[in-house]
Amino acid sequence: MSETVLPARLAEIREEFLELDEPDRLQLLLEFSQELPEVPAQYADHPEMCERVAECQSPVYIVIDVDDDDRVAMHATAPAEAPTTRGFASILAQGLTGLTADEVLAVPDDFPQSIGLTRAVSPLRIAGMTGMLMRAKRQVRAKRGA
Amino acid sequence: MTVEFDTTSPKFAAYSEPGRLVTGEWLQERLGTPGLVVVESDEDVLLYETGHIPGAVKVDWHTELNDPVVRDYVDGEGFAKLLSRKGISRDDTVVIYGDKNNWWAAYALWVFSLFGHEDVRLLDGGRDKWISEGRPLTTDATTPEPTDYPVVERDDSVLRAYKEDVLAHLGNPLIDVRSPEEYSGERTSAPAYPEEGALRAGHIPTAQSVPWAKAVAEDGGFKSREELDAIYREGAGLKDGDSVVAYCRIGERSSHTWFVLKHLLGFDDVRNYDGSWTEWGSAVRVPIVSGAEPGEVPGR
Repeated sequence: MSETVLPARLAEIREEFLELDEPDRLQLLLEFSQELPEVPAQYADHPEMCERVAECQSPVYIVIDVDDDDRVAMHATAPAEAPTTRGFASILAQGLTGLTADEVLAVPDDFPQSIGLTRAVSPLRIAGMTGMLMRAKRQVRAKRGA
Repeated sequence: MTVEFDTTSPKFAAYSEPGRLVTGEWLQERLGTPGLVVVESDEDVLLYETGHIPGAVKVDWHTELNDPVVRDYVDGEGFAKLLSRKGISRDDTVVIYGDKNNWWAAYALWVFSLFGHEDVRLLDGGRDKWISEGRPLTTDATTPEPTDYPVVERDDSVLRAYKEDVLAHLGNPLIDVRSPEEYSGERTSAPAYPEEGALRAGHIPTAQSVPWAKAVAEDGGFKSREELDAIYREGAGLKDGDSVVAYCRIGERSSHTWFVLKHLLGFDDVRNYDGSWTEWGSAVRVPIVSGAEPGEVPGR
């Protein structure tokens, strides 16, 4: 196991999942999917500014902001008919927003595999969340100090 | 106990097995009928939880129909346990519906058929059509009364093709239901499914390209008999008496086409090659053709 220290909010989310049994983990993921905030108006009106996450089976788009203090905000949009994907996006948006760029880049790439959903959701579906995290990191690299 | 067929639709009447489909209206009127079990099977593992047809149970292909270790389906014992848990008896009428134009519903129907469950039907148009017709959904949990479904071993010999079967089949009709880009070899995975890749791109020699969605009408249901005949007989050249194998990437879109050929157009001998491109495109020394033409059977 990697011993990298997870940022507090992501660690908390992982704890929340791991203390439940598998059916309840799905329910928690559903709750996350319902909490995915709307994207800010400037992105809602300009979907071309968002990046399609090709690893996900449903049309999900993410966009990362890095402000002058190097603080990251992640926004995402995914259709209501894709609650699993919305749940993944919501976990990452809640977990990454507010971190510094360095903290986001230090999040272990296998975080999606570590939250106890691989069997309940299937490895193939979890791959979509990994794709989302990779793309978020890439945007952080591209946008910091830009 | 089985439930009578839906004879209300003139469109269904023209299919070779009209009883394999039901309309939303027919189903809504019969919800709760003893001997009728409604099953939702989706690509998204949580979609059922956001609202489902009242009384429907969920069957997930990833976590319930697949063996967790081997790339295969559950065995007879596993299937019996699953269906008992879902409250399904061997002689129940099962109506399956789902998202994505019934891809996974057709997949589940095909797996049920491997176990010889006799009366299994699709809701024409699936989940989306049900919703667009304004029919009820609920988030109330369904708590089925467990049944004692018998252990019946899966019979893969009639409806399922393995890679070796496909090699032996070359020279007979093959239908490739993937996107034109996957068929030609421009890409190894569907535009939105890159994680289901393969090492090589292209198609099985002589396969005709008929993307699955060609069978779908504007309302999300299946096209009429006449339209389907034009696509698969005139277009793809299938003839009565043909032995046909359909494939896609992992076998779910080709289940949709398998359903059309087997139950709507009446081809007797149709098999689904569920290994599909993720197996063929990574297998060593199997013949592959790239480009838009079907290509020739290689010399042996």
